[in-house]
Amino acid sequence: MTIQFNDETFRDDYSFRNSDRAIRRFPFPFHEDSYMYSVNMEQHRGGPKDSIYEKRFDVDEHYLSEMRDRAQVLADDPLRCQSLPHMTLAGWDLLELIMVSKSEDYPDLFELHRDGDTWRWINKPMGIDDTFTFLDEATLPYGPMEYITRQAQGDFAVLDQRDDNLWMDAGMITTQADWSLDFDIGMNFFEWHAPVPLAHEKGIFVRALKFLLNIQQGAPARRLNWTMTVNPLLDTSPENYHKWGIQKTTLTPENIGAKQHLRVELQTFFRLPRSNALVFPIRCYLCSFQDLMTAPKWGRRLHRVIRDLPDELATYKGFIDNKPLMLEYLSKFDDGLPTSPGIWPEFETEPPLAK
Amino acid sequence: MSGAEKIAVKVTDIVPLNELVTRFKFERVDGGLLPTFSGGAHTVVELRDGAITRLNPYSLMSDPMDQRAYTISVRRDDAGRGGSLFMHNNVRLGDELTISYPVNLFSLDLRAKKHLFIAGGIGITPFLAQIKQLELFNGNWELHYSCRSPDLGSYVDELTGRHPNEAHIYYDDQKQAIDLVRLLDGQPLGTHVYVCGPKGMIDWVRATAAAEGWPREAIHYEEFLAPKPGKPFEVKLAVSNKVIHVGEDESLLEAMEREGVDAPYLCRGGACGQCETDVIDYAGKFIHRDHWLDEAEHSSGKKIMPCVSRFEGKTLVLDR
Amino acid sequence: MSKFTFPKTILSRPVYGTLEPRTGAAHLFIADAEGAEAILDVATPDMMARAHIIFIAKGTDYEGALKALSPAIFYAGPTYSAAEPRIHKTLGDAKMGLQVYLAGTEGLMGQAMQAATLAGIPHTAIQTEHRGSTARRMQCVHCKGITEDVEVDPFQCSHCGLHLFVRDHYSRRLAAYQGVCIDAEDPGNVPPSKGIYQ
Repeated sequence: MTIQFNDETFRDDYSFRNSDRAIRRFPFPFHEDSYMYSVNMEQHRGGPKDSIYEKRFDVDEHYLSEMRDRAQVLADDPLRCQSLPHMTLAGWDLLELIMVSKSEDYPDLFELHRDGDTWRWINKPMGIDDTFTFLDEATLPYGPMEYITRQAQGDFAVLDQRDDNLWMDAGMITTQADWSLDFDIGMNFFEWHAPVPLAHEKGIFVRALKFLLNIQQGAPARRLNWTMTVNPLLDTSPENYHKWGIQKTTLTPENIGAKQHLRVELQTFFRLPRSNALVFPIRCYLCSFQDLMTAPKWGRRLHRVIRDLPDELATYKGFIDNKPLMLEYLSKFDDGLPTSPGIWPEFETEPPLAK
Repeated sequence: MSGAEKIAVKVTDIVPLNELVTRFKFERVDGGLLPTFSGGAHTVVELRDGAITRLNPYSLMSDPMDQRAYTISVRRDDAGRGGSLFMHNNVRLGDELTISYPVNLFSLDLRAKKHLFIAGGIGITPFLAQIKQLELFNGNWELHYSCRSPDLGSYVDELTGRHPNEAHIYYDDQKQAIDLVRLLDGQPLGTHVYVCGPKGMIDWVRATAAAEGWPREAIHYEEFLAPKPGKPFEVKLAVSNKVIHVGEDESLLEAMEREGVDAPYLCRGGACGQCETDVIDYAGKFIHRDHWLDEAEHSSGKKIMPCVSRFEGKTLVLDR
Repeated sequence: MSKFTFPKTILSRPVYGTLEPRTGAAHLFIADAEGAEAILDVATPDMMARAHIIFIAKGTDYEGALKALSPAIFYAGPTYSAAEPRIHKTLGDAKMGLQVYLAGTEGLMGQAMQAATLAGIPHTAIQTEHRGSTARRMQCVHCKGITEDVEVDPFQCSHCGLHLFVRDHYSRRLAAYQGVCIDAEDPGNVPPSKGIYQ
């Protein structure tokens, strides 16, 4: 199918919108009516047709606008993309992975022609047609990781594996949930997760690390994570927190449905072949509360999840002050009926709101 | 599911190098390209030996960037349980085999300012791939390779021919030995040492480097142990509610697989930690042979690595 | 009182130990102020025969006592940045087997560890012992400027002037803790500063 790309913004006038199709395929992250951390990993090998799980790297209607926003973030702050010197080979691995996956999964949008080390890459939506020499950085306008991640939605953390740990040694991070690559680069798995409450005590990170260290070539994995964002702001960085933090105080009962967004990360994990590094793409999907409420199941469930969430998590995710306002809004969409298991909206089978 | 993803290959070349070592070349059955890999990676080769399926890990020694074929070198072990003998005696040109995707438990630390490789005998194989990888990026490396005799010096000519300044060869039968203390002393800060060879050599390099003040993180080693035969024993598997018999010539892991009990693995040689299993109850003694558990865990009676370790005694109950 | 017990906190915060003698071809000590006491406690004549001590006095008078240990090389510098070229040269020339011992303030140990890890020593192989001031080296996450010797929370960034709260999240690469704007959601509402450990 041909994707109609939106012309929209994730800042200033916030013209970002989800089409009906985008809402239906939104990765709602709660498979039951409550939430607690878990090592919720599964194999990343496709999924239901047209779902965000179907392709290795999902391309959607926001592609061009997200890439424009990324270019703006990088122009303002080049430190959002960094790679320690030993990670260049992993950058080439990532470039290959994305080019091969996208050209196979979206042949109408992307083409890759390889003749030995001479590669020609065509990105039709972005109007790019480049020929370069694989493994020769001098033939690309940026380093390999930066080059390809300026053309791929979502953040990318590239993790070196050594000493039975993973090290955040490279990344392209412009759509992050309030963490700084410039600060965290070089940290190991436990260190960069240090600020997360409750999960360390539950042994979540020890188990997650063990799982990730054993991800093998050809067998990628995935999970969903989530937080809340006021306005469809992709760049919720600590760097700019003194500028965007104030937006969290602008919610009212009248505007919350349009302004408050559930922010979901599709996190995937691929072993990179030549470097033995692991790439951790973190793809961000935004959906306003009012759009979510079009699925009765999601309305019922989101209210129950937020209502029962421990305060530590609401504080860590940065919405504790707005929680009462959220619950007031969401409660109107919870009629107490049971919900079906799983994350999918089940528009056809879930009963309409009975109140 | 256990182990890494599988690839169907056929044997396209068999080259005996000397009386002990034979090289095998694999290409995809479907004619496609194999995955690239990182130097130090191994593949697990599935061998159907009558009713028995043997899964043997071998280091990939070909150029990691070459996607047309993989090569491995197999040293014949006459005292072993027959995996290497089967490769030598039964695998023929054109045979179709299943191998696993590459798995790397012995990767280069790409931050190293210098890579110091120490190989003993067939332990040379992972370094052959690592050297090819480093050469592509002008890496700083040095090899010290100890062999029994010139006749048994697999790949010596290739190494000394291509890398006369980096490759240093030592022959046991000429009373040549690596002067390890002297070699370690004077290496620039940021050097990493890698050792692959017999257990004695690995222990020697690890202990000497530690005594010379080398950080643990700068010392890398890989030894795949072949499971050793031993006295048969019985095991109760609590989760699957089965009592199984481990024969003289099979490992505990193989016995579990034979009985349809799924146990995770990657290396099958005591190194990767995947098959670590909790002991629920025992009366007898463990024969621990792995590199994964530490001494305290070995003596605790609470854990066993079924790929290489065995048991002698009356009762053994495992959490599988 | 030069020893301080830091409260238990998140995993990215460094944990300091007590220096102990190790075997190695050479020994490099880098310390400031009361950190000298940790060197005096661990030094043996055997180690000192192959030791290089780099000391930043910061107004203390430990220099004589350290010299009396008779290290192979002794250097006293006025500030860490004055000593930095010497530290980089020493590490650049060093061989495997070098043992590194850091003692004193968090800022000194953090920066010396940054230099030693860049030179190729894993951070876990570097010994540290905290002595003296508990002031922190802080990075402003907004303007990236580093403010040295921060003792209070919140504090004002010495570069951009934002009022920042002091996090325990620590970057070894930057040798700094993270400071984040405290009044972003309520501009102008900056609580009074108090000691970081009060």
